[in-house]
Amino acid sequence: MESLEEIKARIEAAVPGAKIDIVTNGGPSQQHSLRVDNEHACDVAKWLRDDPALRLDFCSNVTGVDWLDRTVKKTVKVKKVVDGEEKEVNETTEEKIPGHIEAVYHLYSMTHKHGPVIIRIRTSDRVENACLPSLTPIWRSAEFQEREIFDLYGVKFDGHPDLRRILMWDEFEDYPMRKDYREPDDYEYEPTPHDDVLERAKPYYTPRPQIDGAESIVEGSKPT
Amino acid sequence: MSEGIDEVLRSKLQQQGVWVSSMQELYNWGRKNSIWPLQFGLACCAIEMIATAASRYDIARFGGEVFRPSPRQADLMIVAGTVTKKMAPQIVRLYNQMADPKYVIAMGACAISGGPFKQGYNVLKGIDRYIPVDVYIPGCPPRPEALLHAFMELQRKIDEQKLSGANKAAHLDSEQPSEFPVPAFGKHDLEPPANPDVFHPPKLERV
Amino acid sequence: MSATVETLEAMERPPVSMGSRLEGELLEVSMGPQHPSTHGVFRMNVALEGEVVRKLKPVFGYLHRNHEKIGENVSYLGSMPYTDRLDYFCSMTNNWAYALSVEKLAGIEVPERAEYLRVILAELTRLQNHASLLGFLLNDMGAWGTPLMYAFREREKILDLFESLSGSRMMCDYMRFGGCRVDASREWLAYAKKIVDRFPRFVDELEQLIVGNEVVIARTQNVGNVSPELAVSAGITGPMLRACGVNYDVRKVDGYGFYPRFKFRIPLGEHGDTYDRLMMRVLEMGESVGILKQAFEQIPAGPIINPKVKIRAFRPPVGEAYGRIEAPKGELGFYLISDGGTNPYRYRVRPPSFINLTILEDMCLGHTVADVMVILGSIDIVMGEVDR
Repeated sequence: MESLEEIKARIEAAVPGAKIDIVTNGGPSQQHSLRVDNEHACDVAKWLRDDPALRLDFCSNVTGVDWLDRTVKKTVKVKKVVDGEEKEVNETTEEKIPGHIEAVYHLYSMTHKHGPVIIRIRTSDRVENACLPSLTPIWRSAEFQEREIFDLYGVKFDGHPDLRRILMWDEFEDYPMRKDYREPDDYEYEPTPHDDVLERAKPYYTPRPQIDGAESIVEGSKPT
Repeated sequence: MSEGIDEVLRSKLQQQGVWVSSMQELYNWGRKNSIWPLQFGLACCAIEMIATAASRYDIARFGGEVFRPSPRQADLMIVAGTVTKKMAPQIVRLYNQMADPKYVIAMGACAISGGPFKQGYNVLKGIDRYIPVDVYIPGCPPRPEALLHAFMELQRKIDEQKLSGANKAAHLDSEQPSEFPVPAFGKHDLEPPANPDVFHPPKLERV
Repeated sequence: MSATVETLEAMERPPVSMGSRLEGELLEVSMGPQHPSTHGVFRMNVALEGEVVRKLKPVFGYLHRNHEKIGENVSYLGSMPYTDRLDYFCSMTNNWAYALSVEKLAGIEVPERAEYLRVILAELTRLQNHASLLGFLLNDMGAWGTPLMYAFREREKILDLFESLSGSRMMCDYMRFGGCRVDASREWLAYAKKIVDRFPRFVDELEQLIVGNEVVIARTQNVGNVSPELAVSAGITGPMLRACGVNYDVRKVDGYGFYPRFKFRIPLGEHGDTYDRLMMRVLEMGESVGILKQAFEQIPAGPIINPKVKIRAFRPPVGEAYGRIEAPKGELGFYLISDGGTNPYRYRVRPPSFINLTILEDMCLGHTVADVMVILGSIDIVMGEVDR
């Protein structure tokens, strides 16, 4: 299979206006991916499926990923002139990335038996504009998986034929796979609690500063 | 077990070819040896339940091989597997549809308390929050032998039930409820999250 | 309910012509989540016209136990026992898929003997999964009990092997990153070989029972046909895809493990109907026996785990990886994103039986409601994996 750079160049020639970035993966798996802009995602996907050399006819896996607001520190070696001398200096740049939800598609070709080509599309934010174009018209296998992302992450897929909750019940209002989801409190005494259970148990204990020490237990009564 | 029959007299009568029994003994003997479980599997434990019914372990030795798909014909509900919040109302409904006398075995860690999936947002932390449980079997999943053991425990429990008096069996007591309210799907959780009439969690006593 | 009927004529219904029989009138039936043949807590909302399915919507989530969320909150190794409970028939292949993904994520090599052990255990898993599937499928067709008893008799023998090796019948938790947990003794291998050598007898017996059986043919041939184009587009994998005639097996395509070292064929169907799907399982069992025999001959001595892999505080480098294997039900994949910590940032399971259900409606439309159960049975779903 051709390299991602070649695929990118060919997509840009075939789908005018498509903005495509190569997302490098520094890990040992070396599975790099292509980030596609939302407007052209359907066209790019269609091209990837129909191009005779690629024929990525099998969309294996669709994943939602929740990224909170984060800052990425990058350390780059820069040549700088310091005191008239040219030196290599480590320069740290901070990049603020606003939170977004990403959908990752792993594509394979059953015709040519190659893959994976990974494409990613992302929403502009996590709250109001959590919308993505649906790729179900291109690959039928995305149907249930996109519904699952809608259910668990709250991403609305435009053009999906049947966008309903799939795993949780219809009356449910939260998006439980998001990183900031908090479960309803249902603390129950456990003989062998884990750390997070101990954390949740704190409000249920009345403080005993003489025995436990004042710091160990936060004061408070049972939350309502 | 039988009250009111002198064991010595009974064995003497038996030597004469007369078999004496009490109504309660006969009734319990019949019930305990033909428990019909509900054919109802939730998760991994259901496969062990099938294995218990299948060729090697053969639950038919204990009179429990008649798995009924309909709750109307079943005596025993084996809650075999993780009870999710989405499934819990259905289980309570099935329990309500079963005819008295009815028994529940909570099979496996998940049915007891949520087990390994206790931290899950959609996992009910034990079926005893909504319906009364007679026998609990720990294990993940419990081996078929453990299910057979639970079955024998249940038979022992049935054998000890009284037909009359203050301690009579729950199904004969018109004061005891045989149906329990079905929880509703709420916006964040099941409503109510537990039935306080049934669920009595252990309380931490601080000394 | 009490109703008094005065005359016999009043009991008789007015004559119904076939043309007018409920035409256009749909009866909605909710099958499941408690149903003897839905293989767990699966539910389908079916619209019936008479007995014919006109619409079918699967409803999931009755066993959604938050595998992915828990996977993000426990360490990498901590997820290994949870993978056992995904597809609870095939814990070994689930372990392998997860271990393979983490090995890709962290760049871990696996010793030769461990790879052979993995192949042996995965193929044993395939044998017992397909055997029990056929038992369940014949059960759904009305052969109540007997084929299932036969299948479970064989399955118990393989579970004995798993138990003597890993300590647990079903939830083996056997594989580790960079190898396996315990070594198989020579006695274990000899015992396994004995069981595998006897297995073809069961396959032949089953084949005799079903291949030419009139009832099986009537119930399965031309029922639930899938075209290869639809199957590829819908992401169908595993025996269900190969029943449509598409030659795609991850064991051959990716060549993971040591599968390229073994000689085996990929059985292919022609019509994509239920009968082909059923036969695919029978033929694959034969091929698995072949792989196992080769593996027992070739297995080398040596270490079973890569000693360089840290067990405590295992932190793969930042990155992501998607690893997949050919599980008995289809392509099982794990997608992991590491942020350099001890827990995965994102932990995703690509469940084959969930995605294979995508075209359940297309397969069932126009068939009778009794066929729905047979079609569903031939897809081979396990709810632990469908809902996760």
